[in-house]
Amino acid sequence: MCDTCGCNVTQGNRHLIEAGGKHEHTHDGKVAVEVLENLLSENDHQAGHNRQHFGNHGVLAVNLMSSPGSGKTSLLEATIDALNQEFRIAVIVGDLETENDAERIRSKGISAVQITTGTACHLDAHMVHSALHQLNLDDLDIVFVENVGNLVCPASFDLGQHLNVTLLSVTEGDDKPAKYPVIFRAADAILISKSDLLPYLDDFKPERAEQAIRHLASEAPVLNLSARNSSTLDNWLTWLRKAFTIQDARRAAGETTKPKIQPEGEKLHAHG
Amino acid sequence: MHELAVCQAMLEQVAGIAAREQASEVTRIIVRIGPLSGVVPELLEQAFTIARSGTIANQAELITEATGIRVRCSQCGAETDAGITRMICGKCGDYRTQLLSGDELLLASVELNRAEQAVE
Repeated sequence: MCDTCGCNVTQGNRHLIEAGGKHEHTHDGKVAVEVLENLLSENDHQAGHNRQHFGNHGVLAVNLMSSPGSGKTSLLEATIDALNQEFRIAVIVGDLETENDAERIRSKGISAVQITTGTACHLDAHMVHSALHQLNLDDLDIVFVENVGNLVCPASFDLGQHLNVTLLSVTEGDDKPAKYPVIFRAADAILISKSDLLPYLDDFKPERAEQAIRHLASEAPVLNLSARNSSTLDNWLTWLRKAFTIQDARRAAGETTKPKIQPEGEKLHAHG
Repeated sequence: MHELAVCQAMLEQVAGIAAREQASEVTRIIVRIGPLSGVVPELLEQAFTIARSGTIANQAELITEATGIRVRCSQCGAETDAGITRMICGKCGDYRTQLLSGDELLLASVELNRAEQAVE
């Protein structure tokens, strides 16, 4: 969404502010100021700044979102093992408490900044900005943001990342995309994790999960993998390499991208 | 769960608008919320009664308006109503649709009293 170009006025709501519309007039001589600003504009402003910062340093920023325990940290460990020679990687980790996940990442010899949010259920752009002060982006190619484990709130806050990845572990149920549509719609890629457990779970069908995702009008790739089995990671690593190449080309052309903007939205957001 | 944070962000914007418009008070705030925005109108309204205290919107009323979900099919071109878990084309059933409305989270309008008007 956009604060400045008016594209927040859609065909579905335009009638409300047009002549004769519900909000054209106000009562009792009071002044109504039409604003049409995004409620999260402070966050979005900071997010844009973060994205520019990543872009200026040639870094691809990927936000990982999922339920607690779906395997984000294990996926990162496996990804770091696979790509450590190819890319310079760092991780920003969000949790309510503890440094546990950051320590797991650091034991791989990788920089990891832990953000403990206290009671906050998501990361926001200001928290990520503070974490960036602890990383030297000149020495990095990819920064993963491991968001707070939560299938609801993280989807509502832009952090300044380029891409969103949502994990769905096979122990969670294949109807999760139908139950938590916002976070699955926001994903540029969806990873069905812990696929090594599929033989033990007769009620999770990857094809049913994918069907629920398609019902959300998502065209995002759905990839099955297990962090415990490196041979299943190929599609994910290929996706990530391609994402890095695309972002590098965008940066060279002086452009950037926001996560999951549909083609028409991209045109409208040509300035963003 | 995050509606209080959203509400505080909204009130910061409202305070900025009130200052720009030289308002003495804010009487009404209208926000437009789509079902795909990740914000629950009822929770935002509850958070508002807490968050408005001590701000220029202390006496303000919050109106939340729900928008509907509309999609345009990239295959057959039809524009149809959609549901939060069923965003496929209402005409041909294809899943390759674009969202036209439904993810809005907008501060649509702020109603205020200007200081000079109070004098007049």
